[in-house]
Amino acid sequence: MSSSAQDVVPTEPVAAGKRRVGGKRQKGIAGTTRTFWLFVGPFVAGLLIFSYLPIIWSLVLSFFEAYNTVTPSKFVGLQNYIDMLTDRNFLSSLGTFTVFAVFIVPLTFVMSLALALLVNQVKVAKAFFRSVFFLPTACSYVVASLIWKLSIFNGVRFGLANTVLSWFGVENIAWLSTVDPPWYWIPIISVRLWLQLGFYMILFIAGLQRINPSLYEAAYVDGAKPGWQIFRYITLPQLRATSVSVLILNLIAAYQAFDEFYNLIGNVNYARPPLVYLYGISLGSIQDLGHGSAGALILAVIIMIVTQLQTRVFGFGKAGD
Amino acid sequence: MATAERTSGTLEPIGYTRSPLGRVGGVLRWIALLIAVVLFLLPFYLILRNALSTEADITAPDWTLFPPELQWGNIKELFSDTEVPIARALYNSAVVGILGTGGQILLASLAGYGLARIPYRHADKVFYAIVATLMIPGAVTFIPSFIVVSSLGWVSTLRGLIIPTLFSGFAAFLFRQYFLNFPKELEEAARVDGAGYFGVFWRIVVPNSLPFFAAIAAITFIGNWNSFLWPLVIGQDSSSWTIQVAMSTFVTAQTVNIHELFMAVAVSILPLVLIFAFLQRYLIQGVTQSGIKD
Repeated sequence: MSSSAQDVVPTEPVAAGKRRVGGKRQKGIAGTTRTFWLFVGPFVAGLLIFSYLPIIWSLVLSFFEAYNTVTPSKFVGLQNYIDMLTDRNFLSSLGTFTVFAVFIVPLTFVMSLALALLVNQVKVAKAFFRSVFFLPTACSYVVASLIWKLSIFNGVRFGLANTVLSWFGVENIAWLSTVDPPWYWIPIISVRLWLQLGFYMILFIAGLQRINPSLYEAAYVDGAKPGWQIFRYITLPQLRATSVSVLILNLIAAYQAFDEFYNLIGNVNYARPPLVYLYGISLGSIQDLGHGSAGALILAVIIMIVTQLQTRVFGFGKAGD
Repeated sequence: MATAERTSGTLEPIGYTRSPLGRVGGVLRWIALLIAVVLFLLPFYLILRNALSTEADITAPDWTLFPPELQWGNIKELFSDTEVPIARALYNSAVVGILGTGGQILLASLAGYGLARIPYRHADKVFYAIVATLMIPGAVTFIPSFIVVSSLGWVSTLRGLIIPTLFSGFAAFLFRQYFLNFPKELEEAARVDGAGYFGVFWRIVVPNSLPFFAAIAAITFIGNWNSFLWPLVIGQDSSSWTIQVAMSTFVTAQTVNIHELFMAVAVSILPLVLIFAFLQRYLIQGVTQSGIKD
């Protein structure tokens, strides 16, 4: 039991006081505080420097003027916040986000669930189908945006979308620059669907496979009709935990949309989500880190509130897991 | 997974063969599935088609399904283009991907193990301080992080690209949950033989947890390789561009060489397609484990 006595000397009186009889125990407790920090310390140190410090610094800067500098220059109180909350461009970026979320969240939910149901019920080549739908996850938003912008929705004759439409006699459409009607939503929404449906499908498949098969048997014995009734009264309620996860992850991801807007459309006012606008303010030609910090904190608070509300509305999703 | 497959096996007959519309429904389902397959694979076909075409093939008014002649020379053209430092960008991405993933896993697994297994009076408080960072939406922090990294003088450096991304509260949280469920008996046996915490971790816990490490590593690597906003913020000089930033800059350049750009796309997704081909099992586990947050 008792091992070599190097570490046995109790360095901490409290820890030593708690020790039980036996050499092994003693060794376990004596050096534990130090050992704990050897394991956890490097991580916590990094977290303090690269998570806590930035947020505190940003909070400070948000009350100051800070052009092209990271040191606070002139105290302005709440002015940066007032400016941001009355900034038409910032408010319209929140509007852009809202339209985006209204489309992307339900579409992703329904389509990834549909894919999961389809793949789950296939009897042959199931792994093949799952892989095909999951494969776009390997592509970055940059890659997908380039394909969409230069090959599918490029707005000229040789683009795939316009080629297909021309078979039906439709004139070329300038997808990314037409504001009325807002065609640009089609590439923006479809690129994200292509990239993320497979990810959420995997979550739903995992959820489907956790459903106890005896529930289906019981429902059948009770006379439930296969198809819609089974889906409505067994499958969907059993997927509640997964559904809540998918909705929340998806909404948070939508708030942070940047890559596809930046690469497909750029920093223009008709389709600019909050992050693209904040990027322009704080890292554009003038680095206005005071207003940028205030905007980032406002956005963070909005996301946290909405996430909390969503969790409340759908109930906390632990039960079904 | 094995039990899950069995589960769905018993599920199917009830759901479908009994339906009066079963046969029609089955055909419709297959049609839907095949249409979806075509739509999902279409962009991959476009990458290959454009990467191996001449500019004239791509911009021809009539759509050609395949380039009349495959232009393998496009690979050479891409790497000898002096306007876009593609080789350098791939190197940067590889360094960021490998060191970023390795570092994040090392730090998070050690922290997770310490939190799960080493008794310490204030372990709870430390854990809450880590979990609290999960509340902050990741992308919103790019301005705050830029402020710190810029004052360290790390803008346009690989350090600036990698180090701030190493400390993932979520990864530490996942590792802690995993180690809490690790069979204690294995550890006890090693402790009786005189191993300390580090010995147990390194010789017993890690070798017996490789699938979990592989799952988290695969997800992290893909995230690092594909990440765009942070590298864009930090890479203000072309020597520190990652492949994503290089491609994005490429497209906004004065003259866009579509075939060259698509060759860059093809090269850039190759490492990830290989990961998908060989590590898909781990990847799917990683998605399932990291996706269900609550």
